[in-house]
Amino acid sequence: MQSISYERARDVDHAIELARQPGTKFIGGGTNLLDLYKSGIERPLLLVDVSRLALAGIEELAGGGLRIGAMATNTAVATHPLVRRHYRLLSDALLNGATTQLRNMATVGGNLLQRTRCYYFTDPAFSHCNKREPGSGCDAIDGHQRIHAILGASPDCIATNPSDMSVALAALDAVVHLQGPDGARQVPIHDFHRLPEDRPQDDTVIKPGELITAVELPPSPFAQHAHYLKVRDRASYAFALVSVAVGLALDGDVVRDLRIVLGGVAHKPWRATAAEDALRGQALSALDDALLDKAGAAAVSGARPYPHNAFKVALAQRAVARALRTAAGMTGGAA
Amino acid sequence: MPDDDQSLLERRADSAAPPHVPPQPLVLRINGAEHRLAVEPRVTLLDALREVLHLTGTKKGCDRGQCGACTVLVDGQRINACLTLAVMHDGREITTVEGLAREGEPHPMQQAFMDCDAFQCGYCTPGQVCSAVALLDEVKARQASMLTEGDQLAPGALSEDEIRERMSGNLCRCGAYPNIVKAIHHVVLRQAS
Repeated sequence: MQSISYERARDVDHAIELARQPGTKFIGGGTNLLDLYKSGIERPLLLVDVSRLALAGIEELAGGGLRIGAMATNTAVATHPLVRRHYRLLSDALLNGATTQLRNMATVGGNLLQRTRCYYFTDPAFSHCNKREPGSGCDAIDGHQRIHAILGASPDCIATNPSDMSVALAALDAVVHLQGPDGARQVPIHDFHRLPEDRPQDDTVIKPGELITAVELPPSPFAQHAHYLKVRDRASYAFALVSVAVGLALDGDVVRDLRIVLGGVAHKPWRATAAEDALRGQALSALDDALLDKAGAAAVSGARPYPHNAFKVALAQRAVARALRTAAGMTGGAA
Repeated sequence: MPDDDQSLLERRADSAAPPHVPPQPLVLRINGAEHRLAVEPRVTLLDALREVLHLTGTKKGCDRGQCGACTVLVDGQRINACLTLAVMHDGREITTVEGLAREGEPHPMQQAFMDCDAFQCGYCTPGQVCSAVALLDEVKARQASMLTEGDQLAPGALSEDEIRERMSGNLCRCGAYPNIVKAIHHVVLRQAS
């Protein structure tokens, strides 16, 4: 473990000024960064501590909606009365992730930047990982790919994004607020995380020296009918094999609009627009097993599984149908 | 060895050498007492507690935030001391297992662990107890968990499933889980009544 310099930022401008030095990483909760530092995978020269910046607030926006400061902890967000009442999907996704100890440290900004849990990335004993060492190859493709991507992967990387929070944020049309040396900008969550393509080292579109300052949520039409379903190897404290965030906006009995976003299947939260299209405008009474199965199949259309993760295709398909049933308040049926 | 190769080797050695970062002074408030110390920024809170301040009640299990043996309270919230840097906690109020007893009397949670035989080897116990003490405050604050149905935890006793979920960050390799849940349940029930 190499030595690291440390500076505590006084304010956002100070943080961005400090981050002009090469090899700088911002540290918020540190739960992912320090874990990877101990493996020698993250090798920062300077840590700029942003955990005490005045960015931990959670407040209602004037026109409805919610602004969540990037330094709000996962616990603070998940248990906030406004989040519980109006964005239950986000609370449930957060509480389905990690442990209380980790959620008390981990921040919203850090969660958005969480690195993959691909074992070939997190264990430097494996020498080929394009995400760790661009151009070195990918040991996962010919390895044990049980936890890996079935959608949107590339020949260079089949890793998945491990965040539960980001899946819910994608279903809630969140907007990520960034500030950097070139000023402030806003990036819709769907454009924030990247597919690996030939640059798997870049998980997101964040630029060097940019700091996440907040996440904003528009007023949610999905508050009444939403569900986060996480399928994993243990009942608690495990990453998703497959997860699904579903939100339904009903107009009487009709599904006026909806979101279906999958986690654990791709390098980013995977919005299943074809599945949404199959259900938009349908009456709730029309959501029978056949239609839900069709939506599930549409959600995984184009899937390219590997030998060890082929089970994820059927799993994701059924998880989508089950999450839809729960969100719609229906019970029973095949799951 | 030709001169050129020698200088190349030296350059490589130079670039590979870790930069020297001097220890930084900081003040940690632990169990009500102020401790002035100087550590390198890379030193975790766990290593500062154990190796510098010799407060060895807090245990190092996995050192990766997976086992919970290093659980301590910072400003009343439970965290993994292995995944945070000591310098980040300058001025914060830290409670370790050494700080739970009052006037020589064990904390009710420590007593319940003894009464219920909630351990075997005891290595995970300080982390279990600190975690469970924080759980009591979270329950008092009616904080929701993954299993909570309403906006807040309903007042009254906590189910054993809720306890298991809320304690999933503390592993016990001896498998003393049934009695750990029983001990926590006892204290929660007593507080609710």
